[in-house]
Amino acid sequence: MARTLEIRWHGRGGQGAKTAALLLADVAFKTGRYVQGFPEYGPERMGAPITAYNRISDNPIRVHSNIYTPELVVVVDETLLHSVNVTSGLSENGAVIVNTKETADEIRPMLRGYKGKIFTVDAREISVKALGKYFPNSPMLAAAVAVSKVMDKEEFLSEMRASYQHKFAKKPEVIEGNMKALEMTFDALEK
Amino acid sequence: MARRDRMSGNEAVSYAICQINPDVMPAFPITPSTEIPQMVSNYIANGQMDTEFIPVESEHSSMSAAIGAEAAGCRSLTATSSAGLALMWEELLLAASNRMPLALALVNRTLSGPININCDHSDGMGARDTGWIQIYAENNQEAYDNFIQAYPIAEDARVHLPIMICQDGFITSHAVENIELLETEDVKNFVGEYEPEEFLLNPGKPIAVGPYSVVSYAMEAKKNQEDALEASKEVILEVAKKFEAMSGRSYGLFEEYRMEDAEYAMVIIGSAAGTAKEAVDLLREQGKKVGLLKIRVFRPFPEKEIANALSGCKAVAIMDRCESYNGNCGPLGMEIPAGLYRNKVFLESVNYIYGLSGRDFTVEDAKGVFLEIEDMVVNGTEVKQHRYIGLRK
Amino acid sequence: MRTDVNKINENTPHQDLTEGLMIFAGGTSKDFLTGEWRTKTPIVHEDLCRQCLICAQVCPDSCIPVKNSKRLNVDYNHCKGCGICAHSCPFEAIEMKEGR
Repeated sequence: MARTLEIRWHGRGGQGAKTAALLLADVAFKTGRYVQGFPEYGPERMGAPITAYNRISDNPIRVHSNIYTPELVVVVDETLLHSVNVTSGLSENGAVIVNTKETADEIRPMLRGYKGKIFTVDAREISVKALGKYFPNSPMLAAAVAVSKVMDKEEFLSEMRASYQHKFAKKPEVIEGNMKALEMTFDALEK
Repeated sequence: MARRDRMSGNEAVSYAICQINPDVMPAFPITPSTEIPQMVSNYIANGQMDTEFIPVESEHSSMSAAIGAEAAGCRSLTATSSAGLALMWEELLLAASNRMPLALALVNRTLSGPININCDHSDGMGARDTGWIQIYAENNQEAYDNFIQAYPIAEDARVHLPIMICQDGFITSHAVENIELLETEDVKNFVGEYEPEEFLLNPGKPIAVGPYSVVSYAMEAKKNQEDALEASKEVILEVAKKFEAMSGRSYGLFEEYRMEDAEYAMVIIGSAAGTAKEAVDLLREQGKKVGLLKIRVFRPFPEKEIANALSGCKAVAIMDRCESYNGNCGPLGMEIPAGLYRNKVFLESVNYIYGLSGRDFTVEDAKGVFLEIEDMVVNGTEVKQHRYIGLRK
Repeated sequence: MRTDVNKINENTPHQDLTEGLMIFAGGTSKDFLTGEWRTKTPIVHEDLCRQCLICAQVCPDSCIPVKNSKRLNVDYNHCKGCGICAHSCPFEAIEMKEGR
């Protein structure tokens, strides 16, 4: 990967889009890449639209601006499709992943003429089944990895297990649920 | 042995603080520097360091307590941003006039208003004339490395001045990037123990700190501060040399990027330098002779060295992430032309204002600036001074 | 290096002043004879004094020494003549006289 993979995340404050971007930077780092993961803050309030970004490259990353022409866009909250032009600058050769129970064809009319690939993930269903609660960021992170192919599934899952073991050292009961959410997302996208 | 890791700029500075393990840290939280006292508190709670953390009720108090602790004989520090730095104003000048070698981790954020939490340099630039040493960073690595060099510079007997280690709020403070960390033992050896010759809590050897100084003494004291700041230039370079021997990473008063044969240069501070380097590379591929000068040490201001570095250029774009409200230019827009003129280096210069209150600065913006100053020299196109980049019209 | 305040004066070049004008010594105010600032001088009428020692406590410059619970004579080398002692004396035993 000579070029830099650029990913843009759209979410709402409190949903974990920033955390997902930082986790993606984390796992990509462990594969020996150069990474960047950073949020762009608006009004810093729960529910306000927020944007987060990832750059992943084999070379050191020096650019410190936001991302305007991403290859991949991840939409953590589908209600944002009404207010935010999420596919702005997105390459037609790239892809957008939307957290929704709708299909790609049902979502396309809301994407303001975007013609590239669309993936949909029902993160709510996956999260509730796997964890018993709605935390969309684990499924959306898995979706970002599955679609971008930034690393292979097995490598990703083993890095994430290590990461969760560290992060949830004090509540190990949630580790299996999160791992299950990641795997279910891969399975759903492979269908 | 270096350790590869990934961290945000705030994590990197906090980790440097943990490795140095200073004596006293009074702090009051303010975005985007809040994570630094928070993370340091965690290190203390986890027993990884034994710094005395003082939760205070304001930044006026955090700087006062840092000065007090330093005078008492402790290695002290604090962290802040924006309005927090403004509330420290009086104490900033006292830290310098009392010759206290304490450190401040400044996470640059705009000074209100309009109220805004994002990055520009109006806080640090506002404090540029307080007598502190100011060192700015492009990324998390530099913020970490600069903090490790802070005490050896400030505590040197030729200096004894407070030091501000600055990084861009959110852009580097909250961005996770790759970093190379040093072993704690190496950091401790490099920074050394703090052994002040004279200090307040020294039984049998009383001292008086910060006495009232009448007209016949105060100006002499200020001249001595100025002399110490000038002397710090040499110390900063010596410390950088030692740091390079340990880490392999070299630092100077500023960094010259592709300046060897550059005809069109940009002078810039902080995280936007990385973005501009990308523009330099892209324009170099097109055969344009462009280069970049990134200021690391803003106080003391290396005017002679900068003038020398720019002497072969036809034009320079001077980039300010701060307005001076003087109807003329930003702070760098003042100091660089003054330095060029004094050193009899005559070239075209254009001052630009960019990135105020978090306004993004892109590779395209940087390319546009280079092309504009080239067009000015080659085609005689008139270029507006003091132009705002990325402004909606 | 400890500071000898007697060697610092208004003719001292800036290079020879202490860092931050700090004084690396203790009790140096003794060497600074503020008595010459005085325009009024406290005179103690020993016959009226009851040794209550209020004057010694209120003197801002510690110019009224006390030894073995007895007030000693005013330290005129340092007394600035502020008159607080005279004002506080319940027995009007201290009188402020014009001049030094």
